[in-house]
Amino acid sequence: MRNIINILDLSVEEINELIRTADDMMENPDRYREVCRHKILATLFFEPSTRTRLSFESAMLSLGGQVLGFSEAGSSSAAKGESISDTVEVVSGYSDIIVMRHPKEGAPLVASMHSTVPIINAGDGGHYHPTQTLADLLTIHHEKGRFENLTVGLCGDLKFGRTVHSLIEAMSRYSGVRFVLISPEELKLPSFIKEEYLDGKGIEYQESTSLDAVMGDLDILYMTRVQKERFFNEEDYLRLKDTYILTTDKMKLARPDMIVMHPLPRVNEISTAVDKDPRACYFRQTYYGKMMRMALIMMLLEVTV
Amino acid sequence: MKIDSIKNGIVIDHITAGKAMQLYHMLELERLECRVAILQNVPSRKMGKKDIIKIDSDISINTDMIGFVSPNATINVIRSDSIVEKKQVELPRRLVNIIRCKNPRCITTTEQEIDHIFELCDGGRYRCFYCETRAN
Repeated sequence: MRNIINILDLSVEEINELIRTADDMMENPDRYREVCRHKILATLFFEPSTRTRLSFESAMLSLGGQVLGFSEAGSSSAAKGESISDTVEVVSGYSDIIVMRHPKEGAPLVASMHSTVPIINAGDGGHYHPTQTLADLLTIHHEKGRFENLTVGLCGDLKFGRTVHSLIEAMSRYSGVRFVLISPEELKLPSFIKEEYLDGKGIEYQESTSLDAVMGDLDILYMTRVQKERFFNEEDYLRLKDTYILTTDKMKLARPDMIVMHPLPRVNEISTAVDKDPRACYFRQTYYGKMMRMALIMMLLEVTV
Repeated sequence: MKIDSIKNGIVIDHITAGKAMQLYHMLELERLECRVAILQNVPSRKMGKKDIIKIDSDISINTDMIGFVSPNATINVIRSDSIVEKKQVELPRRLVNIIRCKNPRCITTTEQEIDHIFELCDGGRYRCFYCETRAN
């Protein structure tokens, strides 16, 4: 039985296999309509989420399976003080696979230690979000055609942005990848990620507080939202939330083949006018995300077409 | 300064100078009813100065904790006035319930009866097993 807590729980070969499955799903959706018939996916969302939860639910329904779960801690037994371990012991008896989002870092790992069915981490605090990374990887594969030799700009909240951490870990396994880390001082990438995945692997990176200054160097611009829910202090959030706003003027500084990605939801860090630019692929990214989640569910349930 | 030798017990030697009191509290030696001697800043050829703890009873002690606080320490087990065992401690690969995660977002802050686990990483540093926050 496999659990996916961190993107590194999947090898490069397994990610390639998921991409092949997702590609086939996009070309031949009918072949997959019943592969998870009689299987149940439980979505345990202890923190509000629309996109990721609906993406998982849509993925399971598209595979012919069924879904159950809750979408906030207040409507679950957690509000009564139940532990993660107890919740998971119970729910693993009701389902074939569990997707969990939790505000506490490490919660899905604890769940995996008590579950009898596979656990997928759908985001744990500012820690990891591996299925967003799968969506990101399929997006890069489709939009850029390769993972190697790319300059990836990561902009915004690099401190608490779990999607950024997981993407760095995943992309650091490909050759010739260079990162440009664009953030205010207070939201810089945590040093353990820099040391382990960048310095430790000899990967080239540059830190900048200016988006304009580095825009022309990038093959990919990965924008992130400054997340209100990660701040203990409202004042800090208000001070930092509008540091970077991507506008059509800024897009003029970018290469013609640069792509803009964003894990969504966006607040105001990308002007809606940018949506019409063909380089903006954040809405396509959500579709790719569903496809990769379908492929992952199949892999973990060990079902084939 | 003279401290009596012990007949049966444990001597924790080569403790990094200044760490004996911390170790004394972490090992909860204040709960023992036997004699316990703490020697601080003892001259040492190898270390310049060192701390020593002598416990006048053959108790079981947590060597992981000693390794975490002072990785160069040695443990001498004394029986009938002779050293019958000499152990060199080392940085343990895993710390269980020795230190707690300081990250307020870590699951260990809310999950009941969870073991507080830290794992040794590159550079001799420890990280929380759950949230990967580095130990201070």
